[in-house]
Amino acid sequence: MTTQITPGPSRVHVRTTINGQAHEFLVPPYMSLLDTLREIVGLTGTKEGCLDGNCGACTVSLDGRIVDSCLVLGAEINGKSVETVEGMATANGLHPLQQAFLEEAALQCGICTPGFLVAAKGLLDNEPAPDEHRIRHWLAGNLCRCTGYDKIVRAVQKASAEMA
Amino acid sequence: MVATFEPKSEYKVIGTRPIRHDGLDKVTGRAVYGADIKLPSMIWGAVLRSPHAHARILSIDTSAAEAMDGVHAVVTNADLPQAENEMVDLGEGATNLKWAVDNILASDKALYAGHAVAAVAAADRYTAEEAARAIKVDYEVLRAATNVDDTIADGMPAILEEFVDSPGAQESGHANHVKEFTHEFGDPDAAIAGADHVVEGEFNLQMVHQGYIEPHNATAVWDENDRLKVWTSTQGAFTVRQQIAAILKIDESRVRVTPLEIGGGFGGKIPIYLEPVAAVLSRKAGNVPVKLVMERRSVFEGTGPAAGGKIHLKLGATKDGQLVAADSTLRMEAGGYPGSLVGASGMCIYACYNIPNMRIVGYDVLVNKPKVAAYRAPGSPQVAFAIETLIDDLCEQAGFDKWQFRRDNAAKEGTRRGDGPIFPRIGMEEVLDAAKETDHFNSDLGDPAPGNVRGRGFASGYWFNVGLQSSVNLSLNNDGTVELVEGSTDIGGTRASIAMQAAETLGITAEDVNPTVVDTDTVGFTAVTGGSRVTYATGYAAYNAAIEMIDKLKVRASMLWSIDADDVQFEDGVFSSKSDPELSIAFKDLAGKLGDTGGPVTSTGSVDLEAAGGAYGTHICDVEIDPETGKTDVVRYTIVQDAGRAIHPSYVEGQMQGGVAQGIGWALNEEYYMSDDGVMSNSSYLDYRMPTSLDLPNIETVIVEVPNPVHPYGVRGVGEVPIVPPVPTVGNAIKDAIGIRLRETPMNAGRIVSALGS
Repeated sequence: MTTQITPGPSRVHVRTTINGQAHEFLVPPYMSLLDTLREIVGLTGTKEGCLDGNCGACTVSLDGRIVDSCLVLGAEINGKSVETVEGMATANGLHPLQQAFLEEAALQCGICTPGFLVAAKGLLDNEPAPDEHRIRHWLAGNLCRCTGYDKIVRAVQKASAEMA
Repeated sequence: MVATFEPKSEYKVIGTRPIRHDGLDKVTGRAVYGADIKLPSMIWGAVLRSPHAHARILSIDTSAAEAMDGVHAVVTNADLPQAENEMVDLGEGATNLKWAVDNILASDKALYAGHAVAAVAAADRYTAEEAARAIKVDYEVLRAATNVDDTIADGMPAILEEFVDSPGAQESGHANHVKEFTHEFGDPDAAIAGADHVVEGEFNLQMVHQGYIEPHNATAVWDENDRLKVWTSTQGAFTVRQQIAAILKIDESRVRVTPLEIGGGFGGKIPIYLEPVAAVLSRKAGNVPVKLVMERRSVFEGTGPAAGGKIHLKLGATKDGQLVAADSTLRMEAGGYPGSLVGASGMCIYACYNIPNMRIVGYDVLVNKPKVAAYRAPGSPQVAFAIETLIDDLCEQAGFDKWQFRRDNAAKEGTRRGDGPIFPRIGMEEVLDAAKETDHFNSDLGDPAPGNVRGRGFASGYWFNVGLQSSVNLSLNNDGTVELVEGSTDIGGTRASIAMQAAETLGITAEDVNPTVVDTDTVGFTAVTGGSRVTYATGYAAYNAAIEMIDKLKVRASMLWSIDADDVQFEDGVFSSKSDPELSIAFKDLAGKLGDTGGPVTSTGSVDLEAAGGAYGTHICDVEIDPETGKTDVVRYTIVQDAGRAIHPSYVEGQMQGGVAQGIGWALNEEYYMSDDGVMSNSSYLDYRMPTSLDLPNIETVIVEVPNPVHPYGVRGVGEVPIVPPVPTVGNAIKDAIGIRLRETPMNAGRIVSALGS
């Protein structure tokens, strides 16, 4: 049994804000936000790991709430605001989390790093001083296979202390 | 003759913790991983895979897929060059070319559920996936073997017909059960018969997956000169080149492989799966670039896991605590094609101890599961589970202290490894001593929550590490910084560890060296990032290149001073005259004067290292178990490991912690859970359930440094051995907690509850 995905109204018009900048584009109605960011907007910092919401490598912030962008459609961000890893550093330099990840060696291969950074920022934006257990609980939706999480947790603790 | 070194105890760069050179790109999202590449006119591919674990492929009808809008090409095994049954070297030792090709796209039979059967290239990924589903394959489903016992069951068909008459199959009496080796030394039968204490056990392990977060990917295009260009995530660009060239039957020089950033490998990104498929799709689609990205389910079902298997082991000791005999039979699952890496299991099983009488018999067992690939110290964690469990059992039975017995029988320089080699200087004794000194070893277990129980275990493990070939090019900038070009893909911070060795040698800072990983056209041959070899071997090549650069700069200094080059010495980053103390110039200052003395200074270093320094670790683990649910929490974990010399201690600790995390997953949760008809039932991250941040404690690390005498800076290699001890360490802790011994992985909640209930 096969299904043909075309023809039909083949594109949805989207006006959105990504990392503070206005974007307007047409997106196929079936395309995930992950693919929209990577293929249409050209932001490949958001990574694909599983496409079923279980690894967190594609974590982005959607109107201030972290989501797996593989489980959101590109068409759904119309009128909303998206932040990705590419939006974390500013003209003033790296976000404290990015700096702490470097200093604490909190990445090895680095493929999960953008997702962890966006997820950790989502935590610290709302809870500036989480304890270790809270950090581990919050980040449990992001898989890392290289580090054993130890240095990631320490980096988040360090960034939290520096942002206080 | 292997050069030996007396490493210094004090270094300027080595042992410090600079920020890794590729770090900025990786925390900002700029780093380009395999799936991130975008080329003009690029189209997407998708692969159709067998739903059956064992099936004859009767016909493949691609017409409906070809007729779909947006489809550019459809390929099957018939589009790959005809492969004969011949042995070729694909970078990991000799392998049968037909098996290598058939694993890429199945020919006559599908040997596991998830085996690639056909592929499509289309305008976009979604269309390609739809088209792949439109391919009709007619299968004759055969009985599938999913474990060691299945393969020898009555009426089980041969998985590979070629094996029916092989000597190994003749000896075992079954085509799927291939005898690989017997290592024997002393008289193990007599020694066991004469031993005061004998223990015996059978251990069952399920396959587990490397679990790297980045799926396999490949992009390929042919140019007008019929040269193939490939971009991929791999542990070894040159090994990919070798494999592609053999499979496509073209010269290696006609293939350029560019290794993009790699999102984890652990051994699983040494073999190739997609690259030749992308190449034939590109050809058939009119030489446009084709990109393939594997979906997660196919990563589980179609790429190399670590071998499961069945291990039988018997140990004998005297009443005064000497380990005198060991006898083992290793039956390791290879998957649909040979290659369980049982040979490495044989090298490792007894390597922590001095055992005067021993036997190891190894079998490669074909099963209808994906072909095994290397997974971090491949073959060693499985056998460590057997021996470190039985040593605990032996000590309990005989009343020996578990640490003292291990220390009294520990392998050291001069000990014979099970398969023959005599150990050079190794650090097993130092690691055991350091483990005994840890706070963890001497601490109380602490109180469990009401109703729960706690236990502590410890265990050791070994990995031999490898050397192999590496190349490094250096060029000196006029500001005294150095460009370092290397062929080792960086999975865990090796740009830093290599650059630091060059910097140490040149007397400059880590930040003064700029390392770049390049494609196969741009640097000399470099073997895979694997075998814990990169910091050891590519670091050695960087050292050689730096020494050559210093020699060249001595000549430049001598020209400036009009003295003999032999009169110039180099120490602590300064060139000076041995005879005239007035004449000296810093490395950076001399770099600014190259134009006056003959122009640019470049240098190269290459190595082909047969020897490596073996690595040992001892781990300590506390678990807390809820007997009602069987849930096991690791509440404290300490890893002690000999690194030889830790170049960048943070990344050494990172390797140690990461290996422990994978090992804890292996011990407690992870497995290929197969349905009766041989299909993996848990091929998603949700169901496979790797450890999350909430499942693990902070992992305490103790780095022991027993310098490797055959490396200029004493490096041993640290990446693999951390995954060896966790399975028995956790198992010994569970035994301590509940008083029941589990001899099967994973030691999950269900097994614990049923063990407690029986």
